[in-house]
Amino acid sequence: MTALIPHSWLNWLGIPPWVWSPLSVSLHAALEATIVVGALGTALGYLLAKGRFPGRSALETLFSMPMALPPTVVGWYLLTQLGGPGPIRDAEVRLFGHPLTFTFDGIVVAQIVESLPYCLRFSRAAISGVDSRFEQAARSMGLPQGKIALLVTLPLARRGIVAGVAMAFGRAMGDFGATMVVAGGVPMATTMPIALYNAVFYGTHEQATVLALVQLAVSLAILLGVGRLGKVRPW
Amino acid sequence: MTAALELAVSRRIGEFDLDVAFKVESGISVLFGPSGAGKSLTLSLIAGLTRPDTGTIAINGNVVTDCARRTYVSTQKRRIGMVFQDGLLLPHRSVLDNVALAVRQAKGRRARRAIAQSWLEQVGAEAFAHRRPGSLSGGQRQRAALARGLAGDPALVLLDEPLSALDLEVRQELRKLIRGVITSSNVPAVLVTHDRDEAIELGDVIIGYRAGRVTGSELVERPAPTEPGPTSPGDTGPA
Repeated sequence: MTALIPHSWLNWLGIPPWVWSPLSVSLHAALEATIVVGALGTALGYLLAKGRFPGRSALETLFSMPMALPPTVVGWYLLTQLGGPGPIRDAEVRLFGHPLTFTFDGIVVAQIVESLPYCLRFSRAAISGVDSRFEQAARSMGLPQGKIALLVTLPLARRGIVAGVAMAFGRAMGDFGATMVVAGGVPMATTMPIALYNAVFYGTHEQATVLALVQLAVSLAILLGVGRLGKVRPW
Repeated sequence: MTAALELAVSRRIGEFDLDVAFKVESGISVLFGPSGAGKSLTLSLIAGLTRPDTGTIAINGNVVTDCARRTYVSTQKRRIGMVFQDGLLLPHRSVLDNVALAVRQAKGRRARRAIAQSWLEQVGAEAFAHRRPGSLSGGQRQRAALARGLAGDPALVLLDEPLSALDLEVRQELRKLIRGVITSSNVPAVLVTHDRDEAIELGDVIIGYRAGRVTGSELVERPAPTEPGPTSPGDTGPA
């Protein structure tokens, strides 16, 4: 996991070696969560923006719940569902060989649940905002619905979708409550926010300052980078 | 002879009530009337973008809408080409891509782009084939939109006030182009306008509209074509 960023780069940036592990865990988990959330959030956003089916509002409310709930409550539900006896835990054991609680994969799951609503809401709003006349023009050109989604709607909504993915990444990088409850900060599953909490808890304020500064810089750099991806040539 | 388009439809939207019936043969048929008369709504019904409350629509003898039998052929399968008032070219695609996406009759990207390129040449738009629509003038955009409307080998072309957003000089230039290209391609067309000069210059038949009803139709008399001789470029548009 520490190979995500070459150590020589981390040295060059002046990041002390004791930060590398939590930084790598945070980046790696947030990246994996964002890939899942980007695909799932955009697909759900499209479905909610374009679909006309019963239960649409209920579905949106369900997926948006983690925004309204305290992260520790989300973490508690995940802990009891992923770690408690039942079909979900049995499925985890069959698929991964072990329950996901107190593991790196558990962090990824917690971050997916916590960050999905941001991507979903942004992409839904962006897709709803696409001028439907472009889609009508595409229909008159004979393009099937799937191609209209891929070649017309999603490209025209890409600014909002990219913003949603960036928000989701930021939320995943910054998640503390759900991650703490699901993974508990065990070795190799300690993220930057948990390391920072530990530093504060044990009174090592210098370490806390460094961790906070690194997290600030990394989040800023990534959000600026992703923001640039969303910029498009002037029309 | 089968009519290129035959329709008898009604549609109510709020207080507005559209109830029209007419046939279109070859050439350009112009739906002419004031704004709010239901001309663009009629095009939308023909294209299948809106469903009528009652009635039938047949394109080239194929029934594409029959409310009584609940038959609604999708817009994609109606084999129509559309040219919108403001072009509606996809802003994130080059002009060539926009036209190539509308090509139905060829498989493979290269073949579609070759057909698109030839249509762009016919409408005098080849010079900006690789530019994005946002960098084009209104006239250039409508040339590209005309190419896109015709590139898919349509059974019928629908033009919804294609020139109304352009200034007078460009409008006059494009009237000649539209008339020339549609006549030479031999595709029947229905064009909507509220400009009488445009209706007379472009149309073979003018169908009058007022308050959701057809008020009548008239054939436009045109002078017999003169003997072929030297013409200045742009006189008749690219043929």
